[in-house]
Amino acid sequence: MNGRGRLLPIAAAIGFVGIFLFWILYYGRTPETPQSIFEAAGPVARMQLNLFWWIFWAATIVFIVVELAFVYALFHFRRRSGDPLPAQTHGNMPLEIGWTIAPAIILAIIAVPTVSVLWKVLTLPNEGVRLEVEAVAHQWWWEFNYPSLGIKTANEMHIPAGTVAVIKLESKDVIHSFWIPKLGGKLDMIPGQHNVMWLQGDEPGVYYGQCAEFCGEGHALMRFRAIVDTKEDFDKWTALQKQPAGAPTTGAAAAGRDIFMGKGACAGCHTVRGTDARGPVGPDLTHIGSRLTIAAGIMDNTHDNLAKWIADPEGLKPGNLMGTVITKGKFSSDELNGLASYLGSLK
Amino acid sequence: MATAAIARHPAAFWDRVWMWLTTVDHKRIGALYGVTAFLFFLLGGTEALFMRLQLMRPEQNMVPPETFNQLFSMHGTTMIFLAIMPLSAAFFNLIIPLQIGARDVAFPRLNAFSYWTFLAGGIMLNTSWFLGGALNAGWFAYSPLTGLTFNPGHGVDFWAISLILLGIASTAAGLNFVVTIVNMRAPGMTLTRMPVFVWMTLVVSFLIVTAFPVITVALIELAFDRAFGFNFFSVTAGSNPILWQHLFWVFGHPEVYILILPAMGIVSEILPTFARKPLFGYMFIVFSGISIGVMGWMVWAHHMFTVGMGPVANTMFTLTTITIAVPTGVKIFNWIGTLWGGSIEYKTAMLFAVGFIAMFIIGGLSGLMHAVSPSDAQQQDTYFIVAHIHYVLFGGSILGIFAGIYYWFPKATGRLLGEGLGKIHFWLTFVGFNVTFMPMHFVGLNGMPRRQSTYAADMGWNLWNMVETIGAFILLASLLVFLYNFFRSGRKGEQAGADPWDARTLEWAIPSPPPEHNFDTIPQVHGRDAFWEQKHPHAAPVPAGGANGQLHPAEHQGGGHEPIHMPNPSYWPLLVSVGLGIAGYGLIYITHRAPGAFSLNWGGLAAIVVGVTFAAISTFGWYKQPAAGPEH
Repeated sequence: MNGRGRLLPIAAAIGFVGIFLFWILYYGRTPETPQSIFEAAGPVARMQLNLFWWIFWAATIVFIVVELAFVYALFHFRRRSGDPLPAQTHGNMPLEIGWTIAPAIILAIIAVPTVSVLWKVLTLPNEGVRLEVEAVAHQWWWEFNYPSLGIKTANEMHIPAGTVAVIKLESKDVIHSFWIPKLGGKLDMIPGQHNVMWLQGDEPGVYYGQCAEFCGEGHALMRFRAIVDTKEDFDKWTALQKQPAGAPTTGAAAAGRDIFMGKGACAGCHTVRGTDARGPVGPDLTHIGSRLTIAAGIMDNTHDNLAKWIADPEGLKPGNLMGTVITKGKFSSDELNGLASYLGSLK
Repeated sequence: MATAAIARHPAAFWDRVWMWLTTVDHKRIGALYGVTAFLFFLLGGTEALFMRLQLMRPEQNMVPPETFNQLFSMHGTTMIFLAIMPLSAAFFNLIIPLQIGARDVAFPRLNAFSYWTFLAGGIMLNTSWFLGGALNAGWFAYSPLTGLTFNPGHGVDFWAISLILLGIASTAAGLNFVVTIVNMRAPGMTLTRMPVFVWMTLVVSFLIVTAFPVITVALIELAFDRAFGFNFFSVTAGSNPILWQHLFWVFGHPEVYILILPAMGIVSEILPTFARKPLFGYMFIVFSGISIGVMGWMVWAHHMFTVGMGPVANTMFTLTTITIAVPTGVKIFNWIGTLWGGSIEYKTAMLFAVGFIAMFIIGGLSGLMHAVSPSDAQQQDTYFIVAHIHYVLFGGSILGIFAGIYYWFPKATGRLLGEGLGKIHFWLTFVGFNVTFMPMHFVGLNGMPRRQSTYAADMGWNLWNMVETIGAFILLASLLVFLYNFFRSGRKGEQAGADPWDARTLEWAIPSPPPEHNFDTIPQVHGRDAFWEQKHPHAAPVPAGGANGQLHPAEHQGGGHEPIHMPNPSYWPLLVSVGLGIAGYGLIYITHRAPGAFSLNWGGLAAIVVGVTFAAISTFGWYKQPAAGPEH
């Protein structure tokens, strides 16, 4: 059209698209954060990330082309005084057929790597060393069993680097979802259904995991750690986990053990192998002192945090079962100190 | 001045109340839907603001987890069932009869019944806040979290029963609009001459009529599980809780299109008006709307990619889901084609319409990213999904609805909404929307799960959560501007006249606000954009749209010479809804229950008997009352 500059529409279109692209590309990706999907530390996460980039760039190119055309049209065809009535065009058959077919072709191209990765992720690899792990979800903590090793632990999953971990997922109550972003996408843990997923960690490290399916009041506080060990560290850890709990070595810890087994009634719910504590309800505490975190990944495993948790579980994780048994003020600060010392000593 | 008149004549006030309670006029019912739904929209927004305050910083305890869970459960339910759907219904009511040249909908009293039952359901759902706590299991209410074992309170019962009521309301409305659109078009308005908004309403009405029975079945099963100890979803009795997810999403995905297609229809009306060009590729837009409606039934399990359905099912649903991007893309390309070569005037309605397109493109593309199920395993249940649904439902549906409000407000009230305030409203909304929801993509991809009442400080999510909360308050500011504009313009706005936008469809051919009977004579339609054609008889001919351009037999008959029959006002629909509401409360409290121990609650049973009897008598009164008034 005469008299219509193209500079403004082009500038506006590039500006609009540019702001979004800059924003997304500059801030969207923080691989150094603990649950970022952008730092894949294993083959499953890597396949998913590569596929993500593939579809991301396909979508971004479509975004650029369509929004550029759109914003250009918005500015270029804005009304000026004295504009005549525009031509009353109703369509253009070849054009319309073309932009029906073009996306279909793009989508068909996207579908190929998608289906390929889909089958690789959802079928267990035939090769390589395997380790079987049972992950059992409870409101709101995690139980990890290693049937082939005879180990039972909680809230921290150790796996050796370079080994395929075949993880059987179960739930004891509602639906949860097992997710360690840096190792792979999530799979739901459904009561009465046995889902199996596989993961592998390439390098030793501590990876954050979290329940991803809404599971009730404590959902946000249902976290865990996946620890990928070197082969040697994993063997050491395995050997340690097979041991029964050690006897307390300090006076405070011994006093704590007596409360644990007696007045505190902790043993009714928790198991400490090698002692009289055989409660099947809560997390196995045989080697809690060797864990990085407590209360399903919500606090570092320190003496003070243990005492704080035992003093007021309801305050720290509302709705949890322990809070119905232990109410604030049940234990004196000496007793809390003893209990924390005892648990801390269970290396 | 209306308010002053009311103050002087108290009797007139009660007359007006009575008039609104008994109205069967589609325009008044549309207004009732619009105002009620907007109040629910504000309520749902308030719930969202509390969530944003809690998540503004990590590890806050401003909102306790249980309350937070109720907030997000009710936010989703409210926005979907009590805000966006009824806001769309407001447009159906206000506009459809006018656009097809009819004097009312097919069943005016059923229409009133739909509104009152919707209101009963909405009130019932929200009274749960004061009666022991609202739904706390998410708007998707996954079993077994909704079972008595994990959820002993009545929040889930309130949700289930009120959703059944809302389903009754929606189904009745859907049937009403199917019949209205199929049967009551003005002579000459063949299917391919219908405005696109009418087409999208027809598709949505079919979706409502077919999708709501599915959720109703699921809700009844859930209610029976909870009230009488049935075992539809009881894992301990051997049921598979995934059954619920299938039933829910078989409904839930068509529901997504129930929410977005009306906005697409609105935008398809607004673009041609302000670009002064016919809609580009009408047939492609209509057929892509229909195919979205049909394909919407084949994609439900993409909400369930991580439940372990296995690679075959995941492949199937991945492929069907990415296919649905084709008709969606076709719509966007044709909208751009409509603008191309036009003479675009940026009234506020048009700003919202183009804002819709710009944002819907982003939401559509992130939706495509979810369709790719292997990488979706990293996105499912994270804030990336929250971002996506808000780009589709806020950037899409809500911006489209605001576009429709600015566009049709003058038709409904006779006054224009203020343009200056409107533009402030638009820009605040546009900026606030992106500031709120764009960062959710970032935190989602960096591992933040959704539905979390709190989060740890060392996760790298702090900055963008703060930004999102700031964005939410920008949105609050934009709404305040809108409300001020709405009330100010309603009283003092510029007179609109019949056709303030130089528009193209029949509703602009009659005065604003339209007379009670809409059309003095039923118009004769000769092509698409019927009113534009009347105004520009010498312009290039509009394609007739009929087979071979021949006249439909009905066209020869002409219309409007018969006497005008207007329906009688009726209080019976309201009374039926009241009866259903009473019975609904009875159903919620029908038993005293604990897992494994159920006993009848006589109070609940009494309420059911009273409510059903009341509804039955009222239905009989409805049946006996003559439908139409005397001839005018």
